[in-house]
Amino acid sequence: MTEEPREKIIICRCNDVTKEEIEALIDRGITDIEEIKRLLRIGMGPCQGRTCLPLVMGILARKTGKKQEGIPLPATRVPVRPVMMGVLAGEMGDDDEE
Amino acid sequence: MKSEAKTVIIGGGIIGLSIAYNLAKLGESDIVVLEKGYLGNGSTFRCGTGIRQQFGDEANIRMMKRSVELWKGLKEELGYDVEFTQSGYLFLIYSEEELEAFNNNVRLQNRFGVPSRIITPEEAKEIVPPLNTDGVIAAAWNHTDGKANPFKAVFAYANAAKRLGVEIYEYTEAKDIKVEDGKIKAVVTNRGEIRTGRVINAANAWAPLINKMAGVPIKIPIEPYKHQSVKTEPIKPGQIEPMVISFKHGGVYMTQEANQGGVIGGYGLKYGPTYDITPTYDFLRGVSYRFAQIIPALKYVNIIRVWGGFYAETPDHNAAIGRINEIDEFYIAAGFSGHGFMLAPVVGEALAELIVDGKTDKPLDFYDPYRFERGELRGQALQMG
Repeated sequence: MTEEPREKIIICRCNDVTKEEIEALIDRGITDIEEIKRLLRIGMGPCQGRTCLPLVMGILARKTGKKQEGIPLPATRVPVRPVMMGVLAGEMGDDDEE
Repeated sequence: MKSEAKTVIIGGGIIGLSIAYNLAKLGESDIVVLEKGYLGNGSTFRCGTGIRQQFGDEANIRMMKRSVELWKGLKEELGYDVEFTQSGYLFLIYSEEELEAFNNNVRLQNRFGVPSRIITPEEAKEIVPPLNTDGVIAAAWNHTDGKANPFKAVFAYANAAKRLGVEIYEYTEAKDIKVEDGKIKAVVTNRGEIRTGRVINAANAWAPLINKMAGVPIKIPIEPYKHQSVKTEPIKPGQIEPMVISFKHGGVYMTQEANQGGVIGGYGLKYGPTYDITPTYDFLRGVSYRFAQIIPALKYVNIIRVWGGFYAETPDHNAAIGRINEIDEFYIAAGFSGHGFMLAPVVGEALAELIVDGKTDKPLDFYDPYRFERGELRGQALQMG
């Protein structure tokens, strides 16, 4: 059986971040989820971390020996789902101009 | 944690880290950086990424010219790609009055070697193809301005500083500064006390609290104002390469991130003074409306994220940088009013020179912390991108 190439395991599908990249960062001593988020942009794509964050927390817990419940979740940002600019802008008229 | 250090820098944003790195580079040892959260979490990680030399006064132009020279070499110097690109800054001009002001600024910038120029609306559209040029009579353009990745820049400085022996303590908050007879004795933190004779206040929005701890006797008015930024889903690369700015539309700024492809930006809506940075719906509506006026096609692009951050403002929108004479070896570099990220390389270099050599060839006098006490404000620096 051939081993699956690790770099091919995508954890963050919005920003194409691989499992290997996440593990490499943790190995370099960066174990703060907020820092991992910003360096690799996990949780910063259109899905707002729905796919990747639980997986990253799992990797982080396993590699650092921390309990997953003990790792604080990174800040989530509105909008919860992507919103088209025209929808937000549409209701405004020239009166709103500063 | 160390119990003694020669220098304690309070604030682990890009300013504090650049100062730490530059001090160590000049041979200083025994430097500690304290950060009450994670690195960059105050203002740096929330900034709009822009780096420009198009200012309206000599000091900021000269400082930023040097800063851009440093930004260009940071990848090699720090050994980590900070994703600096010289994609330019494009100021849209809508009136004769604005044109005259920009003409004057461009002349001044040219005098100090910044190659900005006034271009036609057609030329602006060549640079930013989807631009709506309705009402635009000209634009101010400098191709050597640019942008960089704030996250990577912070880590680049932090890692380079660590390699030179600097110790960085995250989640470590300064609680008190012990001063006796005008001399610093120690910084008290939530993790213990560090004996030291030198403190650098690089806490930006929180700088007044640090000044108070040390008993700084002069007035340095720095107040935190909430500003917000937005990021869209990726669009086709190369659409909005420079930072595009319009004062007519409430100080809107936007640019397309080089690597990610999403559009990032904001406008002048501010709240405060406050330490609350919760995003607001008013901002989302306002920024969408303004973006769509400048680039109509953005109406069909999704916003994926909005976040709040601080402009640590002074009354003239220029930072306070320098020595506090009443307390031996107490320095401040704070109140960047939205320009800290772009200025960080040169501020670190200049302050380190001032501390180690006693002098610097950079125009730090302009940022004299005593000017507020004297009631002598500088010309308002543009607060933008």
